[in-house]
Amino acid sequence: MTPHPATDRASGGAGRRLAGHRLLWPALALLALLLGNLAFHHDFFAVRVRDGHLYGSLIDILQFGAPLILVALGMTLVIATRGIDLSVGSTVAIAGALACGHISTAARPGSVATMVTAVALALGVALVLGLANGLLVAGLGVQPIVATLILMVAGRGVAQLIGDGQIITVTSAPYKMIGGGYWLFFPFAVLLAAALVALTAFVTRRSALGMLIESVGGNPAASHLVGIRAGGLLALVYVFSALCAAVAGLMISSNVSSADGNNAGLWIELDAILAVVIGGTALTGGRFSLGGTVLGALTIQTLSTTVYTLGVPPETTLVFKAFVVIVVCLVQSPAFRAKALRRRRTNAPRPHKTAGAAPQHQEAGA
Amino acid sequence: MASPSTPRPVLEAQDVRKQFPGVLALDGVALRLFPGEVHALMGENGAGKSTLIKVLTGVHPADGGSILVDGRPHAFTDPLHAQQAGISTVYQEVNLCPNLSVAENILIGREPRRFGLVHWSALRKRAAELLTELDLHLDVTSLLGSHSLAVQQLVAIVRAVDVSAKVLVLDEPTSSLDREEVAQLFTLVRRLRDRGVAILFVTHFLDQVFDLCDRVTILRNGRLEGEYPIGELTPVTLVQRMIGGELAALDQLSGRDAGEPSGRASAEPFLRARRLARAGSIEPYDLDIHGGEVVGLAGLLGSGRTEAARLLFGADSADGGEVRIEGERTALRTPRHAIARGIAFCSENRKSEGLVGELTVRENIVLALQATRGWTRPLARAQQDELARHWIKALDIRPADPEAQIGHLSGGNQQKVLLARWLLTAPRLLILDEPTRGIDIGAKAEIQRLVARLADEGTAVLFISAELEEVLRLSHRIAVLRDHRMVATFENDDSVTPDRVFTTIATGAAS
Repeated sequence: MTPHPATDRASGGAGRRLAGHRLLWPALALLALLLGNLAFHHDFFAVRVRDGHLYGSLIDILQFGAPLILVALGMTLVIATRGIDLSVGSTVAIAGALACGHISTAARPGSVATMVTAVALALGVALVLGLANGLLVAGLGVQPIVATLILMVAGRGVAQLIGDGQIITVTSAPYKMIGGGYWLFFPFAVLLAAALVALTAFVTRRSALGMLIESVGGNPAASHLVGIRAGGLLALVYVFSALCAAVAGLMISSNVSSADGNNAGLWIELDAILAVVIGGTALTGGRFSLGGTVLGALTIQTLSTTVYTLGVPPETTLVFKAFVVIVVCLVQSPAFRAKALRRRRTNAPRPHKTAGAAPQHQEAGA
Repeated sequence: MASPSTPRPVLEAQDVRKQFPGVLALDGVALRLFPGEVHALMGENGAGKSTLIKVLTGVHPADGGSILVDGRPHAFTDPLHAQQAGISTVYQEVNLCPNLSVAENILIGREPRRFGLVHWSALRKRAAELLTELDLHLDVTSLLGSHSLAVQQLVAIVRAVDVSAKVLVLDEPTSSLDREEVAQLFTLVRRLRDRGVAILFVTHFLDQVFDLCDRVTILRNGRLEGEYPIGELTPVTLVQRMIGGELAALDQLSGRDAGEPSGRASAEPFLRARRLARAGSIEPYDLDIHGGEVVGLAGLLGSGRTEAARLLFGADSADGGEVRIEGERTALRTPRHAIARGIAFCSENRKSEGLVGELTVRENIVLALQATRGWTRPLARAQQDELARHWIKALDIRPADPEAQIGHLSGGNQQKVLLARWLLTAPRLLILDEPTRGIDIGAKAEIQRLVARLADEGTAVLFISAELEEVLRLSHRIAVLRDHRMVATFENDDSVTPDRVFTTIATGAAS
């Protein structure tokens, strides 16, 4: 809406060049964070092959970041329609609990068939949950934040009920593959997330889905008048978001071979929203960037890793994270950059103003 | 009243430059405003009027040049700075909060306070006083959104006036007002002028310029064309200076464009509405529209023109009556139904109901066609590019860049994009609601010619405009609305004069 962020895309040129431009700042923020880690651990970028698997901090970031990437992927499309999906954390927990519950009571918990039915069960239920969100939003016109808040609260309870309030542990090699296995040197979760991101990008940009979603989010009234069936699109993005969350839930429970209805996916909706925003998709809907979202999710995951590598005391972790997030958000805001640059130029004779801003900048860029 | 020889202008812009990505919007523009004058800023769409206003009021910082207020240089980076320096603005599209009360909208940001809290009764009293001074009678506690756009506009002006402005900028203030409201506004503007306020008045209505203004600054293609006392100009010379050499547009504007309707011989109308109604917005009306025919809807603002048209597009659903399309009874429940039947509708609210501001020109052009196909059958990118290029050329959309963001185009070019969006669906009936509002004379003539040509080619057109002469020039038949009722329908032959239509609008009786 403001003229500033828009100017990036306004100049004529190939779409690819513009996309590169949009992703520049999220990418720089991530790079800065990674380089910051390198300064403390010189082997931070080292990747070794052991037992046919890749090991290293970067691989860890990808593997542990995979569930967040998926949740944020679904969230991106929801946010592009001017919506929001708070229920993804609960869906993560429900999916994990259902799959693990099914495997733990199955006759042959270690068989591939059991794993497949467990996955199908989790995805099927997620589809129903997403449809419920979609119906509330598109069919009844409930505000997205309210509609999904219902499932956010109720879903957490459902996940606990599925496990009778206990953590369900499973022993199943095929199931372990989803979140903890390796394939072609890479963690399977990373490959799965990459494939889903690529598929989503392909479908939204090769079909008209992306443009129609952006139109509905950008101007719902105009979209109605050109005959776009917004209801179907809205239901679709909420279902997609729930399915993404369910796959993330499977990854998380598979990685630790257990489902914790209380804590699995707790607050992941907030990290996902943050990832979307860092990636440059506005909460007011319209233009979305899947690449930006992936960068945003990786930034958040890198930050979590940084907290460990730097040995930040646990009690200051949240404050540290918040601080870095604020800096990242500021740095990638075109309005802020313009202001900071202008201030530096015009207020040069008054050092006390710039003194406050400059160190922050260096910290973010270091 | 000050003469132009008054020594010091209250606001002076010198050599202003403003660059947008790919466009040099302003290049060496100058403007002088003296206390106690009404100064018209004129120019075609894209000439830089809006940009200059935004620079003067701090919305966009200038890239070069200087702005002097009372002789002192100012660099506004924020509308608030400009306001504090005494420059208030009322924009074409009302920028107030519809979910707040009239009183809050007038005084927000300057609320009377008591013990650090808002003094509500004083706030309401003050707002009521301000309205009464200007002869407006509104319940100040009512929500702004519950009033018509015209009333909202007046409230916006009241608000701007109360900011105790030295300079009041009115950007197309009359484009959504009816004649009475325009007169009311002009009374107010003259009173402010006599108090010594400098008023910058942007409009497309030439007669209003000659009615109201003392001097005129003309922009063309982002450059200053010149500054003239109004006495040195005639309507013709003014338009010549605005559009430069392109006088062909003017020739087209004179005389009646509507030829013989091409498709009238066929007795069957494309669309026949009988007793069509919606409670609270439009009384039952009958209307036939034949292929190749332009039917004009005349009437005052708020008389039900838009409401009548929306029923024919399914934008609102009718609660009575029936519509037959080519003789077949049809329920137009949603825009989708109407579009499937070959109906297209350009809303009068370009920004809120037409454009998707974040999308590109290309995407906005193909949007309606893509919507009919659904998301699973995308138009190939090459095809989209081809369509966009074709229509940009056909309608002379500027800048001619399909990937430009639509929000950066001027009003006239945005309107052309919306026309292109519908024209490429090859509609059988095109409903145009105020398609020429707030756009310059060149683009206006182009759109009028386009309407005439579409009708020649057999398209049925329902043409809605507040400008009666435009309706008279283009329409084969005219329906007049008054107080949410269709009071008369008549053939537009030589016996129809503006006076006769005015009489019908005023009295409700076809004379």
